[in-house]
Amino acid sequence: MSLVQQSSPHAHGARPTSRVMLIVILATLPGLLVQTWFFGWGNLINVLWCVLLAVGTEAAILKLRRKPVAFFLRDNTAAVTGLLLGLSLPQFAPWWVSAVAVISAIVLAKQLYGGLGANPFNPAMVGYALVLVSFPVAMTTNWAGAVTLANAPGFGETLSTIFGGQAAAVDAWTMATPLDEYKHKIASHTATEVLQHPTFGAGVAKGWEWVNGAFLLGGLALVALRIITWHIPLSLLAALGLMSLAFGSNADQYAPLSLHLLAGGTMLGAFFIATDPVSAATSHQGKLIYGASIGVLIYTIRSWGNYPDAVAFSVLLMNFAVPFIDHYTPPRTYGHHKPRRGIPGKAG
Amino acid sequence: MTQLWSFPGGIHPAENKRQSTGRAIRKAGIPDRLILPLQQHIGAPAEPLVQPGDKVLKGQKLADVTSGMGVPVHASTSGTIIGIELLPVPHPSGMSDWCMVLEPDGDDAWCELSPVADYRKLHRDEVLNLIREAGISGMGGAGFPTSIKLRPPSDRKVSTLIINGAECEPYITADDMTMRERADQIHGGIKIMSWILRPERCVIAIEDNKPEAIEAMRKASEGTQAELVVVPTKYPSGGEKQLIQILTGMEVPSGGIPADIGVMCQNVGTAMAVYRAINRGEPLVSRITTVTGAGVDDPGNFETLIGTPARHLLSQAGFHPERISRLILGGPMMGYTLEDTSVPVIKTTNCLIAATEKELPTPPPEQPCIRCGMCAEVCPMELLPQQLFWHAKAQDFDRAEHLNLFDCIECGACSYVCPSSIPLVQYYRYAKGEIRTQRAEQIKADRARERFEARQARLEREQEETERRREERARAAAEAQKKKQAEAEKAVAKGDATDERSARAAMVQQALERKKARPAAAATPESATDKPDIEALEKQLNQAKGKLETMESMLDEARVAQADNVEKLERAVTKNLERVKRAEDALTDARKQLETEAGQ
Repeated sequence: MSLVQQSSPHAHGARPTSRVMLIVILATLPGLLVQTWFFGWGNLINVLWCVLLAVGTEAAILKLRRKPVAFFLRDNTAAVTGLLLGLSLPQFAPWWVSAVAVISAIVLAKQLYGGLGANPFNPAMVGYALVLVSFPVAMTTNWAGAVTLANAPGFGETLSTIFGGQAAAVDAWTMATPLDEYKHKIASHTATEVLQHPTFGAGVAKGWEWVNGAFLLGGLALVALRIITWHIPLSLLAALGLMSLAFGSNADQYAPLSLHLLAGGTMLGAFFIATDPVSAATSHQGKLIYGASIGVLIYTIRSWGNYPDAVAFSVLLMNFAVPFIDHYTPPRTYGHHKPRRGIPGKAG
Repeated sequence: MTQLWSFPGGIHPAENKRQSTGRAIRKAGIPDRLILPLQQHIGAPAEPLVQPGDKVLKGQKLADVTSGMGVPVHASTSGTIIGIELLPVPHPSGMSDWCMVLEPDGDDAWCELSPVADYRKLHRDEVLNLIREAGISGMGGAGFPTSIKLRPPSDRKVSTLIINGAECEPYITADDMTMRERADQIHGGIKIMSWILRPERCVIAIEDNKPEAIEAMRKASEGTQAELVVVPTKYPSGGEKQLIQILTGMEVPSGGIPADIGVMCQNVGTAMAVYRAINRGEPLVSRITTVTGAGVDDPGNFETLIGTPARHLLSQAGFHPERISRLILGGPMMGYTLEDTSVPVIKTTNCLIAATEKELPTPPPEQPCIRCGMCAEVCPMELLPQQLFWHAKAQDFDRAEHLNLFDCIECGACSYVCPSSIPLVQYYRYAKGEIRTQRAEQIKADRARERFEARQARLEREQEETERRREERARAAAEAQKKKQAEAEKAVAKGDATDERSARAAMVQQALERKKARPAAAATPESATDKPDIEALEKQLNQAKGKLETMESMLDEARVAQADNVEKLERAVTKNLERVKRAEDALTDARKQLETEAGQ
């Protein structure tokens, strides 16, 4: 009888990382479906292409790093990175733009820092920000208009547009995003005039409101399943909302609150991107500060910066601040009067 | 309705308690051999009072602790002592320790017992002494001697006595079954402890997953001062600190003991043992132990003689050695694995789990931490488990300590939920051990440095002293020379008789010699009158060393058991180290002095 010698605890009730990531993937599906319904096959093709590339790149790098490939691929984190990029890139973004984003996300932002768990920045957002800065035309002119799947270009057409090598898709299929349109027209038009543009439709932002709603739904499921906590999404949305109420009350000057919450990457960012545990703050208090700061930055960049949407930059900027936030927001341990801040031997 | 508070974090692991509550408590019977470790809990090991070959009766005192903290060990049945040997004892390391081996004669004959008819007529110290003499130590956890725990520091008034029947760990049902079947005895013990402590409030806390135990205890507590409180099931609500938080909303200060906030926790099993010791005069010779797991056909609770080998106990429950993958002593959250089945049941053994690979599978390999924070969510102490893990892994122990590593109670909730299957608790144990080793080494190094510096200073002092004496002698000699010369010149001038002159020269010579002898004489009186007593100093040093050893061994035990008095013991060890150092210095000084004298 040879008995296992193991340190306590002997019982385990964890959801392994691989399953956590799988649940995250499943929670994005409503959003992906709605995207496909309103904007055509572009997102789906992007997601498949990005996931394939992400997993392939991860495998290659793991091989180079002489790490067990299958063991690490099974954690599904590369797939999530690819998925998030696929969901956020423009529908008709050429294949090489996606490829640059995915490869830099996996290689530069993740594996060069030491792989899973060691990356200080959200890999998907590093990839996104890189292509946004490097290929501004490809990243702004390739957004599909919201037309519902039946009227959108077919699967084959979309595929050949993406992989055709052209930097910009056919004009007839594309349309400025609501945030972009609002930002650039509001300087010379009234709000009523701006909202005449077909990109807004009858509601807040045609198609986008449903996409954001679907991501909100998936995000709430993640909170309910305790994959993420409510702290980051809530503080992010609350801060974004408060900023909009405080500064953006004049619709002839700034985009209204509804547009901030329901257009662009707000919900995807709040529930799926800012909550990436590796690059986010850890304590509850820290998460609230982190989420709220992202919300403030999103509003700031959207309103006073050069970019119509700002989730990627805001998340990355706050990734920088995570060690700082963590440093000053430890919880108060049982039996202690106050939390122990700072570093040993120094006051704080 | 009593107000209840909550504690942060916590988990709800599968309870697995039903398996072992189906049958009433059975007697495990008398095994072929009983193995009675001389040390069964923190404190000093007991010293044997009997020889191999001696016939002993059940309940007879076999070993006792003469100096230091501890309680005696009694014969669990009648028979013959056949040896005092090094045998494997229940310990996470699988180590061996001195044990008395008792061969039962099968009669199970008690020695003469002296029950107390009415303890209220005795002095409290007498009752405490009876509890000590009965060999009772905490039956729920680390096994702190109950008589010592029941005598809190004089400046601490225990206003709330908590009887811990939470039993939050999965699988274990020993307290549950004890409460169901022996509620009256438990209440007898509670009465005695309440009488000793005179608390304002006495609370019996039971988790709400034990309705039968709650009912039995409620019946028994009717008409008594004790209030029964049902607490929500959540692991680790039975942890001393957590239970205090649930019941009082207060927190035990870090590094302190519950008595610091006027609270004391006692386990239900301990209460029963106290009752038996006082009302029946029976020392602690048996306990209730759960035997469970899919590796036994007939799980349940057994009244087990202390010293019963695990093998015997398991066989009573229909053991299938071929099925099991690990054998756990204690619960699945905080217990430890045994290497084989020969180790005995001791006073703190509440559960044996013969687990199959299926029910407690080997965890998958560790993956990188993804900072998901699940560990922090469930930590009942509100620590930052993942930061502690990084610092422990990076051997950055200062930071780990800064983040309150030593407040970790090792409940295992963090490891339980870790999606990356990181054995977090193991990392914390490693870091704690390393820090303690480093501290001990630091103390040692400091001592060596202090000794070296003291020696240097002494050598310098001695050198200066010698120099000074030499100079004095030289000055005296020069003066004498001058005087002699002057006198000679005077004599020449006066033109004295030559014989007279030679007589004067002799006188001068004498005076000179007297003067020379003076500094030497000045140095002697001190050593002559105050001759150091080397023997006495040596004795003093040995005593100090002995005491230090005792304290150190107590400290080691306390650490292993994670007892709450570790800090106090550490302070005591440091104090004793200083005492030894002082004695050593005194001895070295004395020896030096004797040598100097011998040289002169």
